[in-house]
Amino acid sequence: MNFELTEERQMLQDSLRRFLRERYDTATRNAIIDSDTGISADIWAQLAELGVIGALFTEEQGGFGGKGFDLAVVFEELGRAGVVEPFLDTAVLAGGLVADLGDESQQSLVEEIIGGTCQMAFAHGEPTSRYDLNRVQATAKADGDNIVLNGHKAVVINAEAADHLVISARESGQPGDDTGISLFLVPSGTKGITIQGYALLAGGRAAEVMLDDVTIPATARLGKAGEAFAAIEARIAAASIAQCAETLGAMETATTLTKDYLMTRKQFGRPIGTFQALAHRMSDLLIEMEQARSAVINAAGHLEADRNTREANVSATKNLMGRAGRLVAEDSIQMHGGIAMTQEYELAHIAKRIVMGDHRFGDTDYHLERFIDLSAA
Amino acid sequence: MDLSYTAEEKAFRDEVRSFLAEKLPKDLQDKVSGSDGEGLTKADMERWHAILNDQGWLVPNWPKKYGGAEWNAVQKHIFEEEAGAANAPRIVPFGFSMLAPVLHKFGSQEQNDYWLPRMLNGDDWWCQGYSEPGAGSDLASLKTSAVKNEAGTHYIVNGQKTWTTLGQHANMIFCLVRTDKDAKQQEGISFLLIDMDTPGIEVRPIILLDGSPEVNEVWFTDVEVPVENLVGEENKGWTYAKYLLTHERTNIAGVGVSKAGLATVKRLAKSEMSNGKPLIQNPHFAARVAQVEIDLKAMATTNLRIISKAAGGGTPGIEASMLKVKGTIIRQAINDLARRAVGAYAMPFASEAVEGSNAGLPDPLGAGPVAAQYFNNRKLSIFGGSNEIQRGIIAKVSMGG
Repeated sequence: MNFELTEERQMLQDSLRRFLRERYDTATRNAIIDSDTGISADIWAQLAELGVIGALFTEEQGGFGGKGFDLAVVFEELGRAGVVEPFLDTAVLAGGLVADLGDESQQSLVEEIIGGTCQMAFAHGEPTSRYDLNRVQATAKADGDNIVLNGHKAVVINAEAADHLVISARESGQPGDDTGISLFLVPSGTKGITIQGYALLAGGRAAEVMLDDVTIPATARLGKAGEAFAAIEARIAAASIAQCAETLGAMETATTLTKDYLMTRKQFGRPIGTFQALAHRMSDLLIEMEQARSAVINAAGHLEADRNTREANVSATKNLMGRAGRLVAEDSIQMHGGIAMTQEYELAHIAKRIVMGDHRFGDTDYHLERFIDLSAA
Repeated sequence: MDLSYTAEEKAFRDEVRSFLAEKLPKDLQDKVSGSDGEGLTKADMERWHAILNDQGWLVPNWPKKYGGAEWNAVQKHIFEEEAGAANAPRIVPFGFSMLAPVLHKFGSQEQNDYWLPRMLNGDDWWCQGYSEPGAGSDLASLKTSAVKNEAGTHYIVNGQKTWTTLGQHANMIFCLVRTDKDAKQQEGISFLLIDMDTPGIEVRPIILLDGSPEVNEVWFTDVEVPVENLVGEENKGWTYAKYLLTHERTNIAGVGVSKAGLATVKRLAKSEMSNGKPLIQNPHFAARVAQVEIDLKAMATTNLRIISKAAGGGTPGIEASMLKVKGTIIRQAINDLARRAVGAYAMPFASEAVEGSNAGLPDPLGAGPVAAQYFNNRKLSIFGGSNEIQRGIIAKVSMGG
């Protein structure tokens, strides 16, 4: 039994936390959110240099981490600072799929990703797929040596900035079938791809990606035809752990801000934290924080386990983080009062990150049902 | 015991319904329901006020001698419920239902004769200067000072007000100011009417977490206010403020708005697909919706019981506080369901801050900015006396404190 971080992970956590505390304050971040691209190339390059992206890949893939606890350490710190740059999308999702499935020439991209010079996006969800990973309607049809893609990919985070897209499409079967789904690595400027971008409520940008007879060579396929589902599910598991760790970091910030505020804000001649109604609510948040920390450990510790163990832990954690996150976000705002409703106060952004995290990779309800199914299996 | 409206009340409801069907402009309806993703402008709100004024329904709570309709509590409730369900803009309350009752009861004849017609005609837009950075829940600790000049013609006002809703549209503000620093907190406060064009007033917008510029800070630096603009007596302002707050708490349950919100959630859940079927057929989601609907049905009856008592001449006490707490919990639960319903499409940001680029915003279900509304309505349990303050009142009164 040992719940301490390894020395390497502890060092990464320390340096990342220090860097973000010094370089990523509320005003800096809000200026990034208001910018046209929604991300800071400068911050991206510096974090890459710090090893943040390399920590998300295994040694065989060219990185120095890639395990559940590596993801958890990095994303907890990114979440603590409310970072909006899409490390999850570029590295864990799209980059991870290229590393997992790519041939030698495709995998050469990973080095660029780790170096911070390549942006990526994973175009998978569709307007009617909700959170189901196998409900792929976009089609991939062979045309001689080429493949032609058609379809509509929804809320693709980082699509505008991406140099390459990893696109899922169906080569056979029906929406809802696990088999028949393939992945393709496609330069984003390819003819037939239309990207309609927009800002996101909690920072960063996404896009609707329209595929209109996008013609690519068959060599653009990642892995085997029609067999990408298991890899997608495993990558979404890793991304869910990253997302939960990010939410945990954001919850740490929310509770710290709230605790400080309760002891400094005075009404009726005393700190409002001395009113029992608020003191007890704060205690409940702190109890839920311990639950959340343990839930993230449960998920991170089972990323390398067999499929069912891994997925049951992911769903359990995602469900708990959805509930605890909502409680922390809403109660932190409530206990602050009006000040937390203002954009320039740190908690406003943090609360949005927490709640919007429940809209990625399946929400509280989705994962409750999934946990039931996986437990019955 | 009879749960239905009388024939007279039903006839009134029909009259309200046909008025709304005929006179409520479609574009305003769409803006309120959020389906076009844009908020109401000042001109929109003024247009709706004018339509209601033509009908004689802008100020139903006022005495007839000032142009009101003297509706009883049941009639007011019917109108509010129907207007909410029809997605009518809410009547901006600061002048019509907050300041006006104070003037009726405590203002001079001259003040009533001058300010009330201007209010009805839309000449003045009023906002409320109550909260301060250091005086929120503890409103009586407010510090903005008003000191009479030597000639005794003007008060000189200095200080800062905050959370001034729609202050950016206002030309007039009613303020609580401290006129006696040495008296007990509640006894040194006065109620002043201040022209926002007076030199020394600065309005700064506060951008809320959903990007909306709804509230403001108002700064006063040596602002000269004629003594005629004092309402009632000096140092009696706290009495007037409390009287005003009881009016702020009318329609506090928000039953009409909640019913409209729940209908929207059901519509979204019928369109949104989950595992190949409409989300409303998902037992878990359906249970969440049903739970809120059951709570709302009971609260609607609680609301009617209290209204019925008020129409019979009774004075609601802690029931207003109870309705505020329960009503906000239900409204916030509905906002939460709407955001859940749309899945990943809750994430796109529709805001005035990105106006111009909104055209490309994906919204396949016509849900509007549901996540922004979810965050914006966190304010419901904070303003007008936070839910913690209301619970304190309920406990104090009901346990004989």
